[in-house]
Amino acid sequence: MLMHTIAVDTARPASGAPANEAIPVLLANQIEKTYPNGTHALQRLKLAIGRGEFVSLLGPSGCGKSTLLKMFAGLEAPSAGHVRWWGKGDLEATEAGQRMAMVFQEATLMPWAKVADNARLPLDLAGVPKAEGNARVQAALDLVGLGSFGGVYPRELSGGMQMRASIARALATQPNLLLMDEPFGALDEFTRNRLDSDLRDLWRARDLTVVFVTHSIYEAVFLSSRVVVMGARPGRVLADVTIEGPQVRDEAFRTSAAFIEQCAQLSRLLAEANADAGH
Amino acid sequence: MMDKHSQPLLADPRVQRIAAPLLVGLVLLGLWQFLCVALKVPTYLVPTPLDIGRTLVSDGPMLFGALVVTLKITFLSFALAVVLGVIAAFLFVQSRVIEASLFPYAILLQVTPVVAVAPLIIIWVSNTTLALTICATLVAIFPIISNTVLGLRSVNPGLLNLFRLNRASRWQTLVRLRIPSALPYFFGGLRIASGLALIGAVVAEFVAGTGGTGAGLAYQILQAGFQLNIPRLFAALFLIALTGVLLFSLMAALARFSLGHWHESEQG
Repeated sequence: MLMHTIAVDTARPASGAPANEAIPVLLANQIEKTYPNGTHALQRLKLAIGRGEFVSLLGPSGCGKSTLLKMFAGLEAPSAGHVRWWGKGDLEATEAGQRMAMVFQEATLMPWAKVADNARLPLDLAGVPKAEGNARVQAALDLVGLGSFGGVYPRELSGGMQMRASIARALATQPNLLLMDEPFGALDEFTRNRLDSDLRDLWRARDLTVVFVTHSIYEAVFLSSRVVVMGARPGRVLADVTIEGPQVRDEAFRTSAAFIEQCAQLSRLLAEANADAGH
Repeated sequence: MMDKHSQPLLADPRVQRIAAPLLVGLVLLGLWQFLCVALKVPTYLVPTPLDIGRTLVSDGPMLFGALVVTLKITFLSFALAVVLGVIAAFLFVQSRVIEASLFPYAILLQVTPVVAVAPLIIIWVSNTTLALTICATLVAIFPIISNTVLGLRSVNPGLLNLFRLNRASRWQTLVRLRIPSALPYFFGGLRIASGLALIGAVVAEFVAGTGGTGAGLAYQILQAGFQLNIPRLFAALFLIALTGVLLFSLMAALARFSLGHWHESEQG
């Protein structure tokens, strides 16, 4: 099927445990976020994400999970506390092998540019030579199954394909850290399941740390090595759950007892979170 | 419905777009001709379409000379409005302070009737062509400014975040994001401004009332009115209307050519 070209990197730790190093890829330390209108979006939030983890931020709307992701992306600054990327307080100071890319809620493609030009944008902005950029873009498009669609305009693609193009744009930068903000939320269930599977394969095949925001319990359990359950008003971490499951997850995993049990557990945690928030 | 063969032809959108209005025009012209002849309307009140056509041929050299003069003013002022309007728009979007302090004056330009300002400009500027061009530019510039400002500000916030995330410079963001985002709005402004430039040129000529070799179509209309040469008046009017339609079509084609491959407004 799609993404079949990926060869599993044998250098990767084989166990389900994340390859935690001394310095986490991402660290949120005592983060506070209060908006001028008084909304307390995040309260004393602490979270460390290690190299090679696939962490989902799961919670009801208004729990600040997207705000937290924006801080991880450097698009928003906390009111208090700090974010560290690879141990550094400044995204500009990161070194080779410390690259971050983000995939947004919508595909966010430039409608006037062809798919390949869209995917090459970050490389163009960074001044990567045309030939190298084209090769990397083609490889990324091949990886997401859009190899022959580089020359079409985004409006000619389906929603799922647009999302794939958006992921290819992120992959072309060869990121080590991938931030994803409910990327498949707007897609139908079939497309979403397929993209989830492909994403999971991709993550296994590469030295990639993923932070994935979602409000779907099933998606979080299927994808993640770890799920961070967040509560609303003010946004905070309620539970930090390690997901047990095989490395290779296929459709059979979705119907396994382990999967269903873990979904039920998260569902209870979320229900408590909503009850706490006074719903 | 009754004739099955006519359906596919009428269903063709190209036929609908060109043939349908053409047919309406021909019917109206025929009706006009018929009514004038049947009711024996004198030519000095309402000339028949045929009379107008004959005048267009007999007075052709004079009328086309006048058309060239009006077209010159129209194109000069249109070009000036585009250049100055775009510069103003880029200035406005640099900061809210600049926009807040200058935009009211742009509106002032827009709401002051050109007929009221034209006499002053014609007194101040001795070169007639320049004076008329300034008047017409004043009329045409506002839609360019306001549409371009709107376009430069109407950037998808997600794309703006993407550019920030990739540390795009101000210049990269302008060239790769703001300008392409603004193009559909800009072409909308262009379409309105092209018609306004023509109107501005004609109105300014009316006020100036310049005769001699540099006389435009408005002057021909004035003269024809004084001489009760109504067929010539209609012929000049016809040329102005035709110019307006052609300008509009030209702008529409330009927009289609530039945006057709990606923007929704130019699909289908």
